[in-house]
Amino acid sequence: MRIIKKEILAQTQDVTIKRFEILSPLIARKVRPGQFVVLMVCEEGERIPLTIVDKNSDIGTITLIFQEVGLTTKLLGKMEVGDSLYALAGPLGHATEIKNFGNLILVGGGVGIAEIYPVAKALKEAGNHTTTILGARNNDLLILEQELKVFCDELYITTDDGSCGRKGFVTDILQEVLSYSLSAIRYSLIYAVGPIPMMRRVCEVASDFKVKTIVSLNPLMVDATGMCGCCRVTVAGKTKFACVDGPEFDGTQVNWDELTKRNSVYLDKEKHICNLKISSV
Amino acid sequence: MKKEAVKVRELNPSERIKNFDEVVLGYTEEEALIEANRCLQCPNPICQFGCPVGINIKEFISWITKKDYRAAYFILREKNDFPSICGRVCPAEYQCRRACVLTKKTASFASEQAINIHFLERFVGDYGVKNNLEAPAGKDQKFVKFGFKVAVVGSGPAGLACAGELARQGVKVDIFESLHKPGGVLRYGIPPFRMPRDVLDYEINELKKLGVQLIPNFIVGKVKALDELFSEGYSAIFLGLGAGVPSFLEIKGENLGNVYSANEFLTRVNLMLADKFPQFHTPINIGKQVLVVGGGNTALDAARAALRLQIINGFSPNTTILYRRTEVEMPARRLEIEHAKEEGIKIEFLVQPVEFIGDEEGKVQKLRCLRCRLGEPDESGRRRPVAVEGSDFGIDCDIAIIAVGLQANQVLTNVTSELKTDKYKDVIVNPQTMETSIKGVFAGGDIVGGEGTVIEAMGMAKKAAFSIINYLKDERT
Repeated sequence: MRIIKKEILAQTQDVTIKRFEILSPLIARKVRPGQFVVLMVCEEGERIPLTIVDKNSDIGTITLIFQEVGLTTKLLGKMEVGDSLYALAGPLGHATEIKNFGNLILVGGGVGIAEIYPVAKALKEAGNHTTTILGARNNDLLILEQELKVFCDELYITTDDGSCGRKGFVTDILQEVLSYSLSAIRYSLIYAVGPIPMMRRVCEVASDFKVKTIVSLNPLMVDATGMCGCCRVTVAGKTKFACVDGPEFDGTQVNWDELTKRNSVYLDKEKHICNLKISSV
Repeated sequence: MKKEAVKVRELNPSERIKNFDEVVLGYTEEEALIEANRCLQCPNPICQFGCPVGINIKEFISWITKKDYRAAYFILREKNDFPSICGRVCPAEYQCRRACVLTKKTASFASEQAINIHFLERFVGDYGVKNNLEAPAGKDQKFVKFGFKVAVVGSGPAGLACAGELARQGVKVDIFESLHKPGGVLRYGIPPFRMPRDVLDYEINELKKLGVQLIPNFIVGKVKALDELFSEGYSAIFLGLGAGVPSFLEIKGENLGNVYSANEFLTRVNLMLADKFPQFHTPINIGKQVLVVGGGNTALDAARAALRLQIINGFSPNTTILYRRTEVEMPARRLEIEHAKEEGIKIEFLVQPVEFIGDEEGKVQKLRCLRCRLGEPDESGRRRPVAVEGSDFGIDCDIAIIAVGLQANQVLTNVTSELKTDKYKDVIVNPQTMETSIKGVFAGGDIVGGEGTVIEAMGMAKKAAFSIINYLKDERT
């Protein structure tokens, strides 16, 4: 649970994304792409889930990438090399199905690009032709472009302000790629991780082209082992626990409205505690 | 003329709802002596048959009357490793006290006249804790020599009891717990106003003194499979996985914001200490009008925790329990039903939820219900609630808590195909030995046979521990 390496991956005035390597030989040995850990920074802390981005089974570390959003990620960001987390458990959730699908598209937005990374790597190694579309607010916040390049047959980038790649959204490119594919290649899968509005829009575009779309969801969790139901999401009209039934689901079947609203039930408390604790740290 | 039962001292309801302090204060020595002396010391003490683990109730009470609390303690310990815990959480009115001859034969639970066996047990259990009475070590310490090591999965009532039993026999025990703190349901489920944390921590600490190692944040089935534990040198494994998966009503609107499972609500408070937000970082929402659906102990615990949170957060107390049947059919402990009522919790009987309605932000604001009447008895023997057509009505709420039962934890069973489970995903065991379909793997507690009581779980665990000892003996030869 000791932090071995820490680096700032991206930083602007209001956004910081950090990468940590954490010693956890048991998790490093078992983790597969798509799985996550739940962690606590201190005894008073919350339990929060984070996707495992990479591992090094030789030295027994796992890599976590996170954007400092709420109190817990901000406190995590303040931890230094040599510090230990209070709690770390995993690997949780089902792993991504890795096989040769043929041609597929990976879409990552914001810090969600980090979650695309292990999946892109594994799918490429399984022999897929991968087309990757990355989206970020601007060039400064675009992460893992170089690392991902190695595992992509085609790589497209969009930024909101056009400071890198095309100005616009990932779905603009997705639309074009899929339109082109009607006459050329057939895509058998889209895998998308990012902010909820992005995943939702990707699914809408994908539905138009009838391409199966897997998304990795990020609802609130407490125990993350199926015991509280905090992370319940409605998929194809049925209630699922994202922690044990997911975190990946058929995106075209997800009730996005519900997820958005459930994820915002503690916003006022989060704001309050951040103001209270971060200013004093 | 029979003497009146000695009432137990309790915190005043109007004061205790301001905090999570233990409500029942327990007997003083003087009170315990009077109550113990009420025991008729029946020639045929049927109370013992009412106890799931067969405690020699007559004898432990008799030692109390002789003021030999030490002797009383060890009588309890013969069958029950955690008398200070069971004395607090056992539903005695359905068990030993119901069997007591002072209870009317036809009653569905104990009469007031019945001896307060649980309060006496708690008195003696706490005496043992205060005087740090050493756990009686087993006779067969030879196991140390053979270096047997047993893995216990889960640190709830079953896991703790099994670990204690084995450790006293000289077996090295490691307990693997998936959460960051040990205790299972005793930690995340039962609130401190029923089971103070120092009592739990004391018992866990006692196990550590016996050499039991507690390994938190370790999810067996995820970081290690059962066969890996065997290959790492564990000679046997005990599964005390528990029933921690909450059931829902499966009605419309149940996933609206601020609709909690009782497990989530209680976990946030009991394990994560959300009542102390923002000192502790886990938030919990509370509101003007809390509805709790269900009639078991979990429903009462959630309601009483919610009521306390309302007061702590400056709301007027307004928490209502909705139950499909009537008070007689409520599976909760009678004592806790009384406590809840004293604290101002309203209970609406014969109500069946139909649909949650939310506001534009997706937060719950109303529950639509139907009135019920009682029909014919169902498989449980309780009369089945039948919805009355056209009795539709709505109740406003800004927090709703669902407490309608728990199912087996499946994280391990789902990845262990050789481990046979029944249709409820409970682990199937040989009832004589508690051994599962995998040789050397034993199980007990709620993962066997579904939701039960703490004492039943401990009873199964004890039985499993004896089988494990026998199994290890066979291994040795």
